[in-house]
Parts: sequence; C-alpha cells; structure tokens
Amino acid sequence: MRGLQLPLSQTQRIRLQRAFEKLQSLSSKANSDASVTVADTIPVNYEDAFLKGHGTTDLNGELVATVCGVVERINKLVYVRGLRARYKPEVGDIVVGRVVEVAQKRWRLEINFTQDAILMLSSMNMPDGIQRRRTALDELNMRGIFEENDVVCAEVRNFQHDGSLQLQARSQKYGKLEKGQLLIIDPYLVKKSKLHFHHLEQFGIDLILGRNGFIWVGEHVETRDRMVVDQANSSQQSMVLEEKNQTHTPLEMRQNICRIANAVRVLSTLGFSIDADLIMETVELSSSLKIDIHDMLGSEFHVLVAEREAERRSLMGKRRR
Amino acid sequence: MSKTEYVSPEGLRLDGRRPMEMRQLRAEIGTVAKANGSAVFEMGNTKVIAAVYGPREVQNRSQQLNDQALVRCEYSMANFSTGDRMRKPKGDRRSTEISLVIRQTMEACILTHLMPRSQIDIFVQVLQADGGTRSACINAATLALADAGIPMRDIVTSCSAGYLNSTPLLDLNYIEDSAGGPDVTVGILPKLDKVTLLQMDAKLPVDIFENVMGLAIEGCKAIANYIREVLLENTKQLEYRRGL
Repeated sequence: MRGLQLPLSQTQRIRLQRAFEKLQSLSSKANSDASVTVADTIPVNYEDAFLKGHGTTDLNGELVATVCGVVERINKLVYVRGLRARYKPEVGDIVVGRVVEVAQKRWRLEINFTQDAILMLSSMNMPDGIQRRRTALDELNMRGIFEENDVVCAEVRNFQHDGSLQLQARSQKYGKLEKGQLLIIDPYLVKKSKLHFHHLEQFGIDLILGRNGFIWVGEHVETRDRMVVDQANSSQQSMVLEEKNQTHTPLEMRQNICRIANAVRVLSTLGFSIDADLIMETVELSSSLKIDIHDMLGSEFHVLVAEREAERRSLMGKRRR
Repeated sequence: MSKTEYVSPEGLRLDGRRPMEMRQLRAEIGTVAKANGSAVFEMGNTKVIAAVYGPREVQNRSQQLNDQALVRCEYSMANFSTGDRMRKPKGDRRSTEISLVIRQTMEACILTHLMPRSQIDIFVQVLQADGGTRSACINAATLALADAGIPMRDIVTSCSAGYLNSTPLLDLNYIEDSAGGPDVTVGILPKLDKVTLLQMDAKLPVDIFENVMGLAIEGCKAIANYIREVLLENTKQLEYRRGL
C-alpha cells in the first residue's frame, strides 16, 4: 500500500485516517468491483459484442487486465484506465517539457513520455513574428531560442508514423518559461480541461498545468515570446538594461510562487486530482491559518488539507443530489 | 562430525517453522519517490527494494529495438546485507547471473511490443539477505512494474524449496540454504499456470524433485495471492483519493 512518508502523531494519524475513510465512502467507484489488478478477469457479457481497449488482452477467450486500474465501459468498448503510468499523449494536449538536446532543426524535449518529444524549428513561431522559410542562419541561432535544460511549454501536434511525437508552439502563449518553479507530479492527477493556462491575478502568477504532470508556477509575463530580441536591431546597451530588469524578481513574488508550489506538492503527495480551484483553495487555507511556507510541507498541513478535501467532496456530492 | 538436524523429530525447523510453512510476507508499494514504480518486499528477514524507471528514451541509441521495449535489470547487494561485511566488486559473477535471471523472467511477462523504441530499467537491491534473495527480488520487481503501470501478461511470483533430512522444505532461510542441499527456485505465472524460471544447483531423484517443485509452486501461488491483495488495495486507494 502506498504509505505517506510523514511523521504523524497519534491524533494526526487518526484524523488522516478518518479523512481518508470519508473520501473512500464518498467515492462511488472504489467500493464497486471496478478496480482490477494485473491478470484479473474482467466480467463482460460474452454474448454481446464488445471491443477490447487499452489495458486488456484476450486469454483463452477471457478478457484479462494487463495493468492495475479501473475498468471503464463506453458503449461496446471495455478498457482499463491505468493509474500511475507515464504520460500518454493525445493530440492537442498542452505539455511542459525540458529541453534535453538541440539537434538538427529540432529540439528534443523530455515530457515523461516513452520517448523524447520533438519540437521542430519550423513548428515554432519565430521571435520576430514573421512567417518565412527557416534559413540555415536560423538553424545556427537555435540556441538563442531554447538551450539545453530550458523549460518549454508547447502543444502536442501529431504522432509520426514511427511513433515519435511532434510538438508545436505556434502561439504567443507557448515558449520558454522563466522565473518560476517546475513541479513534476503523476500525470493521472491532472484532469483534462478547457483551460490549462491560468493567470492568478491576485498574485500576478502564471500557473500552467501540463497534461504530462509537469506543472509550472512562475511570474506572470504579458507576452511570452520575449525569448529573443532581434540581435541586429537592438542596441547593445538597452539589451543589458532590459536583462537586469528581467533577472530581478521581488521577494514577495518569490514567496507567492513557493506558496503555490508547496500547495501543489501537498495535493500530489496526498494523491488528490489537481485543478486551479483546488490549488487556490489550498493556498487560501494556508494563508488564512497563517501557516509559514516551509510548514506547508509538514504533517499538520497535510492532515488539514485532507480533512478539507473530504468536506469539500461531501458538499459537492450533496449539491449534485 | 555429527550431522546437523535441520528438522527436529517434532517436525520443526531451525527457526520454528513447519516444513511446508512460509516465512512472513510484507510488501510496500511506492517507496522510492522519484522512480516510476517501486516496492519493498520482505520474506522473513530477507528484505529487497526494487525501483523501475521507464518506459523511457533509450540511452544507448545502438541498443534501440524498433518493435519492442528494451528491458534492463541491475541487481546489487548492499554491503551491510550480510553478517560478514564483504566488499564485493560491482558486477561480480553472482550478481551478473542474477541480473540476467531477473531480466529474462520479467521480460517474459512484460508486453514489450506495446512500447517500441523505449527502455525499461529495473533496479533491485538486497537490503537484508537471509536466503531466497533471488525469489524476493523477482517478487519485488513484479510489484514495482505493476506500480509503474507497465502492461504485463501476468504477475510473476517466485519461491524456493529445498530438500534436507529427507524432507521437502519450503522457503529456505540462510542456514538451510548454506547446508549444501538442493535448492530449487521456481518462478511461475499463476494465471497462465506456466513456469518461467526453474533453477537447481544439485542433483535430486526425479520423484523427489517433482515433490519439491510442487511445493515451491504452492509457495508461489500463496505469494501471488498476497501480491494481488496488496496491488488491489493500492489501486483502490489511489482511485478514491483521486476523486472524480
């Protein structure tokens, strides 16, 4: 069983246990037989036609699970939704990745997939914003756009016939991420939603929930395509001045970033699915109780968040009824 | 020199077990935070930790396989795991052999064709050695792979059995293991009812061998039941915590 590695006092342990029991009773699926482990037989009506989907295999005429997870049935399709696996990309997903290699006309990005993703130079908006063919000179200046170990936000474009993954960054909102923190959590905790870019106005912070479990918390930038100032046109002096402005982040901003990042960390250790509302609620809980940023990772705050979540879900359940 | 009695006239072994009794099992999933999947598996005083990374980009391009995943395994023994602290060089013959055995056993159950051009790394380390490290490593690796969400045909479980004082013994500990008798390590796929691993470094008459192997298979099935329970509990917990 996945245990939390936290030093809990006796009362904290009981409170946490009670919160988890409440969560368990609220969840409809955990109590039913929907959970399967590797090599469990999935009950299906063999007389009806059914389609076997991901995470299932056929064994002597029986439908058998190949991963641990939850059985889902959509019309005729029966599949097992695995938990805790690496990221499985879908076209159109917004992901955050880290550059591992600058290669010929492309960057290789680590995005927690089975292979490194590819971001072609041609599927990038050029910094000067002009649509044109990429020249050899552009290729030589690729390190001016992204270097190794840069954090980049992009969108999944398509799968190549050989199974490799291509990304694109054809908008102002994609591109290099600076002045913030990258958090890596399990991808199954990030729900797919209409909005993955969040601008938290009261803090002046951008929150990007990458579908691959990479979460970015950083200072808000108006246009994110400030990556390269056209070297030829800008004078050297203004560049230096601008850079000085860019490198300085006020203390308050850094504290805000840390508070939000710690909220994400707490939620992911507890295994709660993460969205912007829940993160903000956790942040508000911590600041209303005047909990220091570094105390947010302590056991007491974990227990508080678990209790709060149990309450929230029970309220949500009632409202639905 | 008097012969040591491994089974007393009352039918008890040196550690007080019956001949067909297994040691206590304990398993914990998710012990290595950074790994994609991890587990600790204990059989009595034998304790093994396993971590799985991947499927991820192949590190050495020349080893990349275009139709299936590359499975790699590294077995090591902590210096403090045995009573006499020996500094063993990394990559000695024993650990190379066990790495190979674990790799082949796990490769047989992983559906490698679903993850082409990728690599799966399995690291197992013995934290406490008290006999049966080979089987404990395989059981730990199975748990870690299941935790990493890697599709598998079936779970693999392994258990050892021996034959001492004309009695078949299940799950040998260190003292019984070093008695020099036969030690049969069996790995099975319980659902498919197939053997994937069978090792013995001694001679045994066929009829006795069949008994001993049957005993080991019974042990494997008991371990399989335990592992399934642990995995199911873990899955349910992850699901209800995640919520909607």
